[in-house]
Amino acid sequence: MTAATLESLAGRFRTCPTTGLKVDRTAQRLINAFAVAAVVSMIAGVIGAFALVLTRWQAVHLLPADWYYRMLTVHGVSMLIFFIIFFEMAVLYFAGPVLLSSRAAAPKLAWTGFLLMAAGAVLVEVTMWTGHADVLFTSYPPLKADQKYYLGIILFAVGALLTVSLYFANLVVAKREKTYTGSVPLVTFGATTAAVIAVITLLHGAAIYIPTWLWALGVIGQPDPEVYRMVWWGLGHSSQQINVAAMISIWYLLGGLTVGAVVINEKVSRSAFFLYVLFISMASAHHLLVDPGFGPAWKIWNTSYAMYLAVLASMVHGFTVPAGIEVGQRLRGYTKGMFEWLVKAPWGDPGFSAMIFSIILFGFIGGITGVTFGTEQINIIAHNTLRVPGHFHATVVAGTALAFMGATYYVIPLVLRKQIAFWPVAKIQPYLFAIGMALFTTSMTFAGTFGVPRRHYDITFPGAALTVQFSPAVDLLLAIMGIGGILAATSATLYIVISAWSVFFGKSLPEDAKEGMAMGFHGVPQGVLRLPKQVHGADAGEAATPAHEEALKAKGTYVLVGIFLLAFVVYYFVNWKLLSFVWKVG
Amino acid sequence: MHSAIVNPKGTWWVPAHKGEKVWVAIAFAWCMVLFAMMPLWHFKGGQNPAGVRHTVTPTAFMARVQEFANQYKVGEENGIPVVAPPAGSDIYMIGMQYQWYPMLRLSKGASYTLHLSSLDMNHGFSLYPLNINFQVVPGYDYGLRITPNQAGDSRVLCNEFCGIGHHTMLGRIVVVDGDNRTMPAASPDSAAATPAAPTAGGAL
Repeated sequence: MTAATLESLAGRFRTCPTTGLKVDRTAQRLINAFAVAAVVSMIAGVIGAFALVLTRWQAVHLLPADWYYRMLTVHGVSMLIFFIIFFEMAVLYFAGPVLLSSRAAAPKLAWTGFLLMAAGAVLVEVTMWTGHADVLFTSYPPLKADQKYYLGIILFAVGALLTVSLYFANLVVAKREKTYTGSVPLVTFGATTAAVIAVITLLHGAAIYIPTWLWALGVIGQPDPEVYRMVWWGLGHSSQQINVAAMISIWYLLGGLTVGAVVINEKVSRSAFFLYVLFISMASAHHLLVDPGFGPAWKIWNTSYAMYLAVLASMVHGFTVPAGIEVGQRLRGYTKGMFEWLVKAPWGDPGFSAMIFSIILFGFIGGITGVTFGTEQINIIAHNTLRVPGHFHATVVAGTALAFMGATYYVIPLVLRKQIAFWPVAKIQPYLFAIGMALFTTSMTFAGTFGVPRRHYDITFPGAALTVQFSPAVDLLLAIMGIGGILAATSATLYIVISAWSVFFGKSLPEDAKEGMAMGFHGVPQGVLRLPKQVHGADAGEAATPAHEEALKAKGTYVLVGIFLLAFVVYYFVNWKLLSFVWKVG
Repeated sequence: MHSAIVNPKGTWWVPAHKGEKVWVAIAFAWCMVLFAMMPLWHFKGGQNPAGVRHTVTPTAFMARVQEFANQYKVGEENGIPVVAPPAGSDIYMIGMQYQWYPMLRLSKGASYTLHLSSLDMNHGFSLYPLNINFQVVPGYDYGLRITPNQAGDSRVLCNEFCGIGHHTMLGRIVVVDGDNRTMPAASPDSAAATPAAPTAGGAL
């Protein structure tokens, strides 16, 4: 590289006063744009959330039928595709250029990717809201939407594929320009697995949406409904695995930033991420377990991610993440008993509380129910009941979205250099969200056990020739679902207001760390204010002490994962028992 | 030791700490239990979604359903035939916007092969309150060997979105003690007011 280009590049960077990382201002602007697009998408999703819970809460029953199904489509697409994927693109720019102190490659292409995604999202939203795509998130043919709907999704996917490709380009650039030494950090490694899974996912998306679009245009015949279901879920479920990989990367990131969590063993954590790449896209089968198109061998092999190796990966992270937090806290001096590290954690830091609730709700509710319902035979008593949305709201909302919310409270001051607005509200926002989602997901899951269908406007069947009487317990459960849903959606609204206000009207933080410290940095999480020690022992050139060895035992985490395993085993076998009561079928 | 935002230097492919090894071993063993349960249930368990699976055109399937309904019809309810097939026979139910056709009357303890398919969209066969669920896909015949183990009046809900009237779609399967062919057809009002008590539901 010539001296001139070096010089021009120098102006692109600023040095982060907290972490010492060099931040490319182009990457910073891209992160800003993707994150804002994510939050804007969330507005549409949250409107849908309020409307849906107030309709399925049978006592309220707000919307007319056509608007219920329309909002169901809007909610699913806005949240599960637009919010999540826009945010993940921001994560990729953070995990790549920012963490590696390198430049964002090909800025013009990067903006092209963003604009394609934004244009696609706008097209899809307009088509849905005007009632031309009442086909729900899955759009199973023969249900048909206006061709603009499929076109919008394709544009969005092409933009996402371009952005993901540029992430790989960024890794190459950083490596070649030697902006870091050794291996990439674990967070970047995890984000890379998310990016690889994203490519697999987006290719499935192309394979199914392009023919479906051509069908809607009248160019080709209707896709086979069962083939559609298989390939579509290669997109639909695998995209949730991008979320899992991205979420776990965020857990590792926030653990480090909030309490100096350590990576106990790089090999173990990275191998677990790698298992996701190998096996996780087989989960399309989770949606086809009681379908007529596939036999038992195919179902068993695929639903189990080849003998549950992706579940193994999640169970490994479910140990290494809390254990890393425990060790980090013990190294900071919280060594008393089993749980001082947890009790004396920074619970007032929304980055920390969001991370912990995300881990707990994802694992205990989302993970356990997911593996159980994804069992070939148990799916008979779970398929398309409220148990299914109960499960995936625990994974993707209480897990992924909550982790992303926690990350936002760090990205805004660290990368966008803004103070968090309405700080006291921000501190309680994750609590409100976690309580709401815990009520919402458990009540939904239990209601599903009574056979309450998902995606159903009215289970009282007014005016039907046949009567259907649900147990009074179902009314109660749907009311709890309504209350939990309102709490969570209210909390999400607070999150939108806080993050949007901070970005657009928030006070800027000075680039000079000392000046900032003098200002007192109001409305900034404690980890940004004073970054916990990130390197210990031999890595820091210090001698290992007995305290290190003691901390590494992570005693408290053993108790926690023991409770988790017990809950898992009980729930799993209770479901086999429930299954054994129903008619013999096969 | 270092955090996950620090790039590790040198070789990080080193043996895991003992604690991690123990947990990975426990988790792996549990995963093998999870895996073994599914094939095991095919041999030892009574509920499996394997069935007999064929492709079929919606019109051909509808013709078969019609033939079946005419052959074993014992009554009619709201214009939909009530069909009481003999034990051991192939029985049919088709989903269409927005009804399940026909209604079935079966004998407790008898076995039937229940063929499910759709005339138009994807539908969800959901037997309430027993909570037995199968996906119904147009173009595919899903033949499931069923043996009702208790008498009762069940509803068939649709739990896959199939259009704007999806939530009005209802069907009926009545299981009687004794011979379903000799019993009179249950009257729609008296039997429908008291659906059988939930069996699988309630606990979890």
